[in-house]
Amino acid sequence: MMRLRRAYGAGPLHLLGALASLGLAVYAVARIFAGAQPWNVVLWLAGAIVAHDVIAFWSYTALDRVARGRRARGVNHVRVPAVVSAMALIVYFPLILGLGRYERATTLSPDVYLGRWLALTCALFAGSAIVFAARALLRR
Amino acid sequence: MLGAALLAGIPVVALTGLLSYAAYDPALGHNNLIGDPGLLDVYVFSWPTSPTWLYALTQGLHVTVGIALVPVVLVKLWSAMPKLFEWPPVRSPAHALERASLALLVSSTLFQFATGILNAQLYYPWRFSFLAAHYYGAWVFLSAFVLHAALKLPAMRRSLRERRLIDELRRGLDETRPETGASTLIAPSPSAPTISRRGVLGLTGGASLGLLALTAGQSVGGPLRELALLAPHGRELGDGPNDFQINKTAAAVGITPQQLGDGWRLRVAGGARPLALSRAQLLALPQHTHELPIACVEGWSTTQSWSGVRLRDIAALAGVATFDELDVESLQRGGSFRRASLSVRQANDRRSLLALRVNGADLSADHGYPARIVVPALPGVHCTKWVARLEFRA
Repeated sequence: MMRLRRAYGAGPLHLLGALASLGLAVYAVARIFAGAQPWNVVLWLAGAIVAHDVIAFWSYTALDRVARGRRARGVNHVRVPAVVSAMALIVYFPLILGLGRYERATTLSPDVYLGRWLALTCALFAGSAIVFAARALLRR
Repeated sequence: MLGAALLAGIPVVALTGLLSYAAYDPALGHNNLIGDPGLLDVYVFSWPTSPTWLYALTQGLHVTVGIALVPVVLVKLWSAMPKLFEWPPVRSPAHALERASLALLVSSTLFQFATGILNAQLYYPWRFSFLAAHYYGAWVFLSAFVLHAALKLPAMRRSLRERRLIDELRRGLDETRPETGASTLIAPSPSAPTISRRGVLGLTGGASLGLLALTAGQSVGGPLRELALLAPHGRELGDGPNDFQINKTAAAVGITPQQLGDGWRLRVAGGARPLALSRAQLLALPQHTHELPIACVEGWSTTQSWSGVRLRDIAALAGVATFDELDVESLQRGGSFRRASLSVRQANDRRSLLALRVNGADLSADHGYPARIVVPALPGVHCTKWVARLEFRA
């Protein structure tokens, strides 16, 4: 048992759990392949990691650096509305950008969503600016 | 803290997702749309018809809680980012397996959230079956999630104990110090903090509540529906009896006005007397009215007052003695849900209708004229519109 622990780096329960989990996951991926074009599934699974860990992470970090500038004061008054607005965009971008089959399927035009999202974004930034101004006044 | 929130939220989404699969009754006739049954196609019970709002609730939770968890998932990934750059990348076989499983966890999490959310907005930028990929993707996710939760539970409890939430909520930016310790989750040389921990938690929770408010109305309905500003089915269509949400128009599935004219007949097979009933003949049969929801797999629902003929009355008229399932076929030519099979319990429920009218008016073409299926607690996609044929099968 000690030998296993030394060679493997953890106890036998860890090994069993990890193998069971990975085995099940591989089987499930194979089931997706069965009814689809495998390269497209792989593209989506691997693309998801690349899109997040590489593209999204580095972009928002870089954006944050720019927003922070030299002095950090007040940066959270930009971050908060920006993050909330971005979350709404991340979830609802197909409707906001008018992608997909929405209009054909529902008889409704998706045109309203871009305006609604812009209005929401403006309201968030305006609200944040008001709070920032109020805080600055109170501090004086 | 974020881990604890996910440990509470993810099981809700996962469980309601598996229930959504069960709600399709995949063991019946045409209902299995994800390929030949395999090891994971666990299917242990027949979907009930009561309470009528069951599917509206489970599927509304699945989609709404899922969307509200998006900020929590993304901030959790952000907070765990130092781990991606840990050095050496692999310390032992155990560590290698753990990292492989983590890669699957991150990948399947993003995959499940992305496919689910895009499907709810009718956007399909992929070349695989959404149903199969989202169902088996869930198993990839669950297998990695359970392992991760089991391995990290002690660490989560330790950090919740050492850095208690109530203390963090009292601590502003001035008192915020970077974490120290040996964990690979801790950035090795952090910049000076620019936001407090309570700030991050508040922002995450606020974004999550914001998305909840922007989405929930499309399943809760009533005045809340108008608050669902960005949700696909949060819009009022008008005041008329047929002015409620449509998920597939007649035109979208290629149905022509001629098909819906006087020549339409409902064919009923499987009984002693095969029938071909006109709409006038159906309207002459005893009519029943029930308030029932149409609850969509995409998470929205709407309750309307449906009138029509009981399915069990049609079975009796056709001389059906016993049957094991009722196959329903639509006029529409393509589409995965052109046909659906109902269980005996669903077909025999006294509230299960071949609906001809809604809210006192004839069904509109987009709501399934001349006749559509409405069954309590049945997923919306199985409430077949433009019904052409019923077959009671043994």
